[in-house]
Amino acid sequence: MSILINKNTRLIVHGITGNEGLFHTTQMVAFGTNVVAGMTPGKGGEWVVNGKIPVFDSVKMAVETTGANTSCIFVPARFAADSIYEAADAGISLIVCITEGIPVQDMMRVRNYLDQKKSRLVGPNCPGLLTPGESKVGIIPGDIAIPGNVGVVSRSGTLTYEVLYALKLLNRGVSTCVGIGGDPINGTNFIDTLTMFESDPQTEKVVMIGEIGGTDEEKAAEFIANHMTKPVVSFIAGQTAPAGKRMGHAGAIVEGGSGLAADKIKALQAAGVRVATHPEEIPSLLF
Amino acid sequence: MKLHEYQSKQIFSRYGIPIPKGRVATTPDEARNIASELGGRVVIKSQVLVGGRGKAGGIRLAKDSHEAGDIATQILAMEIKGLPVRKVLVDEAASISKEIYLGITNDRAARKPVMMASSAGGVEIEEVARTTPEKIIKTHIDPLLGLKDYQTRGIAIGIDLPKEYWKVFIQIANGLWQAYQECDATLAEINPLVITGDNRLIALDGKMLLDDNALFRHPDLAELRDLDVEAPAEVEARKYGLTFIKLDGNIGCMVNGAGLAMTTMDIIKLFGGEPANFLDIGGGAGSDKVAAAMRIILTDPNVKAVLLNIFGGITRCDEVARGILVALDEVKPKVPIVVRLVGTNAEEGRKLISEANMISADTLVDAAKKAVAAVNPESVGRYSK
Repeated sequence: MSILINKNTRLIVHGITGNEGLFHTTQMVAFGTNVVAGMTPGKGGEWVVNGKIPVFDSVKMAVETTGANTSCIFVPARFAADSIYEAADAGISLIVCITEGIPVQDMMRVRNYLDQKKSRLVGPNCPGLLTPGESKVGIIPGDIAIPGNVGVVSRSGTLTYEVLYALKLLNRGVSTCVGIGGDPINGTNFIDTLTMFESDPQTEKVVMIGEIGGTDEEKAAEFIANHMTKPVVSFIAGQTAPAGKRMGHAGAIVEGGSGLAADKIKALQAAGVRVATHPEEIPSLLF
Repeated sequence: MKLHEYQSKQIFSRYGIPIPKGRVATTPDEARNIASELGGRVVIKSQVLVGGRGKAGGIRLAKDSHEAGDIATQILAMEIKGLPVRKVLVDEAASISKEIYLGITNDRAARKPVMMASSAGGVEIEEVARTTPEKIIKTHIDPLLGLKDYQTRGIAIGIDLPKEYWKVFIQIANGLWQAYQECDATLAEINPLVITGDNRLIALDGKMLLDDNALFRHPDLAELRDLDVEAPAEVEARKYGLTFIKLDGNIGCMVNGAGLAMTTMDIIKLFGGEPANFLDIGGGAGSDKVAAAMRIILTDPNVKAVLLNIFGGITRCDEVARGILVALDEVKPKVPIVVRLVGTNAEEGRKLISEANMISADTLVDAAKKAVAAVNPESVGRYSK
């Protein structure tokens, strides 16, 4: 078992004919992900990745023809909100948006629209998901994790790779890795993911990687204290970040005294979470 | 991106929000002329992007155009919190009978815009939130529906606004909502919104913050950016699509990915060093970007060592290695450089730079320790685990 993606994932890639879309589709196919369709308006009828994947003009047509149930979005920020709406309206159940830099008001509209729909959004501004040995949706390098019992959820990309890699070096594996993204408004948060890990039989332990900005880690701490039976280990990035500066991620900012790493660490520790002082310390806290 | 008061108020005015008569001056003569056009009694307001202008003496009343020129001379010579005053706003002086706060901002936790108002206007809203939070009335706005009149009426009632002002208050709130939405603001604030002696509502001061990610659809607003508030290196970095933030330490950092970049700063500190900057070269950075990043880091004279930490995902380590070689050739750095390349094409990358005179590291801890040791051998291992 795993969460969100597995062998039954049938993926459609938005922006499949773009540079990034094509590169990562090729990587996903090589990993074993079942990429059933691509979507680029105006390029319907073409076939890509050695003629194996059909391209459609709309997600609706792709879903009707291929039975796609998951989508991965690589389109530029100015078109990304439209892509999310399109996927949701075509009945896609899991939408993974890699795109960085979507205007925050677009995301507020998207999120409030999706709240009335059945689709789940992961991201935006995220590396996507990886279920080692089964499927990967997004850009997480497939070879840096092996199957196992650790669930990983993170707001960051490369920092997550560090953790996966540190686990792999010790021959420890991962059930699913979920990159929830570095934007202030996202589709899936820590609590959503922790809930799924808690009920996933394969997942026995959880790593949660947070960073400065917002109060999602504090809320997650409260959830962990009240609802999690599985042990959680955490790391929070940005202890040395100055206040009022956006640290690369749109959501990584300490504002008006809120969003500090120290507060998050305190809340997590109070909830019984072991917090690593640096990412390479995580495995020793897990096992 | 922050807008100046005069820019914010001009935008508000376009959305039907009443503002005082006034114009911007860059010289005392201009200020004097504007004051005499306005009939003499004016307020001279420094236009700098920091709070506390009033306390610093950057906002003053002039009783006639002559005095307006004198005051403008003084204010235009000021520096407020390190920023030079290059412009003053000369506004007609209003008679104030009551000050109100009205603002719209993003509520991250609620995932909706929130409109806030307070009868304690003229004070920073954070201050009101700290001392008398009960005076702040909030209402969340459905981003798909927009602000509704009944919500604004609810706010008017909440702040005890007399009912003869409700109609114009709704008009102002709707204008503010439209400005917030159409400009992709993250904050649109009138503070204070005043009731004048002759019973009008006027936006005496205004502030807008814009979403940098949305500037692509507002080229006119993007041009309003004031570069005075940003360090030159940050401006330079933006040209190359790099995120750079200057800090006070002496170990320069170049990292791919924001989370890992923050972590790299944190771990340097953990092992007794001080990071000189935050620098995210972003995903998929090519050699030109890496070279630009290296140049920017080394322009800081405080930098005594550089730590390059690259975990290749989309970013390919061989590409980064090529960039490093270009940069080394170009800037000929005199400080030690610690390099850690892991992930996609790391092997090729390491091979490419093996000839160059750099210190290589395997793990994050190893890299941090080596960088700290390069700067100050004695300080390493303050933290040992």
